[in-house]
Amino acid sequence: MVEPAAMSTAREEILGRVRDALEGSTAPEPVVRAYRRAGDGDRSQAVELLCDRLVDYKAEVRRVAESDLPAAIAEVCAARSVSRLGVPDGLPHEWRPASIEIVEDTGLTSRELDGLDGVVTACTLAIAETGTLVLAAGPGEGRRALTLVPDLHICVVKESQIVDGVPAAFDHLGPVAQRPLTLVSGPSATSDIELSRVEGVHGPRQLVVLVASTG
Amino acid sequence: MTDFPAAARVELANGQLRANLHHATQTIRAKRAGVVAELPDWEELREAGRGIKADVLARLDEYLVQFESAAQAAGAQVHWARDAAEANAIVVEVARDHGVSEVVKMKSLTTDEIHLNDALAAAGISALETDFAELILQLDGDWSSHILVPAIHRNRTEIRDLFARTIADGPLTDDPSELAEAARVYLREKFLGARMGVSGANFGVAETGTICIVESEGNGRMCTTLPPVLVSILGIEKLVPSFADLEVFLQLLPRSSTGERMNPYTSLWTGVTPGDGPQEMHIVLLDAGRTRVLADEVGRVALHCIRCSACLNVCPVYTRTGGHAYGSVYPGPIGAILTPQLIGVDQAPSLPYASTLCGACYEVCPVKIDIPAVLLHLRSKVVEHKGATPERLAMRAMGWVFGSARRLRFAQRLGRVAQRPLVRGGSIRRLPGPLAGWTQGRTMRPVARESFRRWWSRRP
Repeated sequence: MVEPAAMSTAREEILGRVRDALEGSTAPEPVVRAYRRAGDGDRSQAVELLCDRLVDYKAEVRRVAESDLPAAIAEVCAARSVSRLGVPDGLPHEWRPASIEIVEDTGLTSRELDGLDGVVTACTLAIAETGTLVLAAGPGEGRRALTLVPDLHICVVKESQIVDGVPAAFDHLGPVAQRPLTLVSGPSATSDIELSRVEGVHGPRQLVVLVASTG
Repeated sequence: MTDFPAAARVELANGQLRANLHHATQTIRAKRAGVVAELPDWEELREAGRGIKADVLARLDEYLVQFESAAQAAGAQVHWARDAAEANAIVVEVARDHGVSEVVKMKSLTTDEIHLNDALAAAGISALETDFAELILQLDGDWSSHILVPAIHRNRTEIRDLFARTIADGPLTDDPSELAEAARVYLREKFLGARMGVSGANFGVAETGTICIVESEGNGRMCTTLPPVLVSILGIEKLVPSFADLEVFLQLLPRSSTGERMNPYTSLWTGVTPGDGPQEMHIVLLDAGRTRVLADEVGRVALHCIRCSACLNVCPVYTRTGGHAYGSVYPGPIGAILTPQLIGVDQAPSLPYASTLCGACYEVCPVKIDIPAVLLHLRSKVVEHKGATPERLAMRAMGWVFGSARRLRFAQRLGRVAQRPLVRGGSIRRLPGPLAGWTQGRTMRPVARESFRRWWSRRP
């Protein structure tokens, strides 16, 4: 139906229309970027702010030492009767609790993902001001479907991964811009019924964030 | 062709609608104001957003070509569509190539604009809306009345009744979380088995070929990651030059739209990633009137719009009439300037008048679109297009009368006599004959018993 010749005609015609439309226009002024790039860099404040914002958007937050991660993960799972936990390739072995069945994501089908009780991942960074976790498909972060289909997402954020605001995050993300990126700010939600917020529609209904200190 | 005054009259008579609208728009306004006030550099972000969008439009041809080659290099197939029919034909063809009879769709104004679902249906392909509100509307054969919360005009009992007779397995209460659960269960099966997804896009990055979508529910992530084939339709104005430009819009959009610091899910992807998400990715670059808007140097700022809907929630007209009165996919103040330009001023001549010009929309716009200025510009185009009308003749006659003291004095004397049968309780509510249009939406003050000049001249 749509022949390649028609396609290239459409392309040329649209570009031609754009050029015609712009003919004789005055060039716009250079973009002024006077907004904040980074805060004052106070690490402990950024950690506090992130936790506060995550809780505000109905995530459960626990602050733990990195060495206590397996125990914390086991606790979160026990509280929810989670017995099968998916993990992505590259998740540190020292984080994995021994008490729970660990299912490696070696290309599970969508239905197999749906059969998991939850998933635990790392992240690339977290944005304090907006309470946002950034997953960039790096080691331990998994592919997009892994953190989408199961109903519980446990995400580990190291304190050193927290940045102040959105521009600081984009400074870090430039080199991985073409990887699949997912910014998560609280559990899935809808406000479509009379604007009353319901947590949990299609994405994980429960988001648990473990903020890990390395000290 | 939309007739706003006639449609508005019907909507205004619906008390339930007005109560829902009032509650919803006031709630979102308050949330927006709260999170905007948190940012000390909000005005600087707005200015950057405006500047970036102006730059995109000024060099749109270069950015389109750059986007195309970056997306192709990452494994996407890029299509160009001059109009709605071409865009729809591309989506139909992709579906047919894969023998698909059902596609899962995320909420997209662009696909509403081109009536994609109808085109797919005509080809025997059903398009399943997966956004919660869009699902409600689709199940009921209704259509959107708000950019962000399309089913704002429906209440929980109506939704409960609708689900009970369509998708629910068992009995339901009207508790929103129970209704959301019913939709989750119904759609989960559809997502897991979906073979093709269709999406719009909030932004396309020229530098990297990346597509960015923002959402709350996770249905967008489902549609764009689980099916093996994905088609994303992108209006050509949705580009931003560089990846880092998103740092501006991802601050402006959620705060203006849902009144959140950040929406629950923002997804960015570039072409095809082996082992992660769809392994066949199509992008349709859509014109459908956008280059026509671009050709108008005053009107083109309408293409800066990032579809946040903040202007709807503050508009004294929208908050009373709701979205259906506008008769277009894009309602409210932005719809009043975008729709007439996309489809031609002669096709929607009443929309540029569906505003009080109070300027509230301009104040909240995250990319500083001067909507009142464009409304005035379009009104002048409507008048030019209409040529000689009774109103224009009457205005010319008024000018002639006001041009001389003698003529004015005579007209006032005439008016005082002629108005007598029309004055009720100190005002004129209805003028007769060809003058009736003037009092359709306003009452008129009668000519005073004594003019100021007369009173001045007989002072002692």
